[in-house]
Amino acid sequence: MIIASLAFYLFAAITVASAFMVIASKNPVHSVLFLILAFFNSAALFVLLGAEFLAMILVVVYVGAVAVLFLFVVMMLDINFSELRQGFLQYLPIGALIGLILMVELILVVGGWTLSPEALELSAAPVAEMSDKTNTEQLGGLLYTKYVYLFQAAGMILLVAMIGAIVLTHRQRPGVKKQVIAEQVYRRPEDAMQVRKVEPGQGV
Amino acid sequence: MITFLLALIAWAVIPFDEGMVLSDINVGVLYLFAISSLGVYGIIVSGWASNSRYPFLGALRSAAQMVSYEVSIGFVIITVLLCVGSLNLSDVVKAQEGGGILGWYFLPHFPMFIIFFVSILAETNRHPFDLPESEAELVAGYQTEYSSMAFALFFLGEYMNMILMSGICAILFLGGWLPPVDIAPFNMVPGIIWFALKVALLLFVFIWVRATLPRYRYDQLMRLGWKVFLPLSLFWVVATAGFLVAFDMVP
Repeated sequence: MIIASLAFYLFAAITVASAFMVIASKNPVHSVLFLILAFFNSAALFVLLGAEFLAMILVVVYVGAVAVLFLFVVMMLDINFSELRQGFLQYLPIGALIGLILMVELILVVGGWTLSPEALELSAAPVAEMSDKTNTEQLGGLLYTKYVYLFQAAGMILLVAMIGAIVLTHRQRPGVKKQVIAEQVYRRPEDAMQVRKVEPGQGV
Repeated sequence: MITFLLALIAWAVIPFDEGMVLSDINVGVLYLFAISSLGVYGIIVSGWASNSRYPFLGALRSAAQMVSYEVSIGFVIITVLLCVGSLNLSDVVKAQEGGGILGWYFLPHFPMFIIFFVSILAETNRHPFDLPESEAELVAGYQTEYSSMAFALFFLGEYMNMILMSGICAILFLGGWLPPVDIAPFNMVPGIIWFALKVALLLFVFIWVRATLPRYRYDQLMRLGWKVFLPLSLFWVVATAGFLVAFDMVP
């Protein structure tokens, strides 16, 4: 048990430290790399909880796809840091306000636990019966039976967000040459070629 | 270094024979998928750290290419998992037992087998999808600025990845350690030899394709990934699921 708790503190400490470095480091690429480190350590925390399916999905989705795209965009961007620093004080009150609201909410939740012990039991109660089923089966059973409407709603929201982003960024530019393979395949020699009789010394 | 290391740690869950696997975890397939999607970091970080144009372009190409082809690989894996009903790699092989070569998944899922093979070609940056290191345009892509041991690690990583991906393909579609015909002279050969033979066969196709086909253009590569493989594999997932439910064959 002591090894598990030691591992927990190690991973949790690295997660928090790298999450801090995400916002503190000067180079945005380093920020993304620290973000990846944070993802990895949270995946390790999931493994410690016994939720290996979630851990693997976290690595596949966030580290494998999302962070790659982040890195992609951040490397391409040319960010001027002195300009960013100038806006820092301007946005400080809003940031502080959001932080404060989050802290109050956390205090309310934890305070609720200490005030009424039933709430703590309720939140700790397992939603699915812990049988010998694997992690994946339990999760799937829960998601597709009990929470299927919420699951579908989340899917719809993501779809709408995706379509919205595409509509906002898509633009038709005139004069762009695109390869249409069907056109190439269906092109006949009669459309493309002409046979001319060229007299000597005159040209076409 | 990262490329090489990641290609090595993925071998932990590959079953060479019945029970011959380092760690038989329940989410083996997902673990492999996660590790293979991490392989791109070695390339991106090396391209970025070189602080030079060609490696950087190579790294960007590699990132886009891997993200695109991972999607179709994911769907192909889901198709196989639908038939198996487990994420454990040993279970995947055991589900293909019986009937010898006819029981392996490359027959019922033949289009998926082809898509998976082409996608792993793209995933390991091999010909005809080796745009990240295409020497005609980008000198040597992400590894332009590396030499000696760092360069050797890149190449070891790439070849290790090829062998690993062939191993995954052999497990998912070619029945892992199972012999092609389950009668006397064949089933006396140990499973690890069959596995090695299947991996060698796939590796042969890797090299064969490399020597045969010209390199793709980048927009053709993206078109193939997103407009051909993704709809086809998505359709096949739905079709397989529908078939399994309709004939009451869900494992």
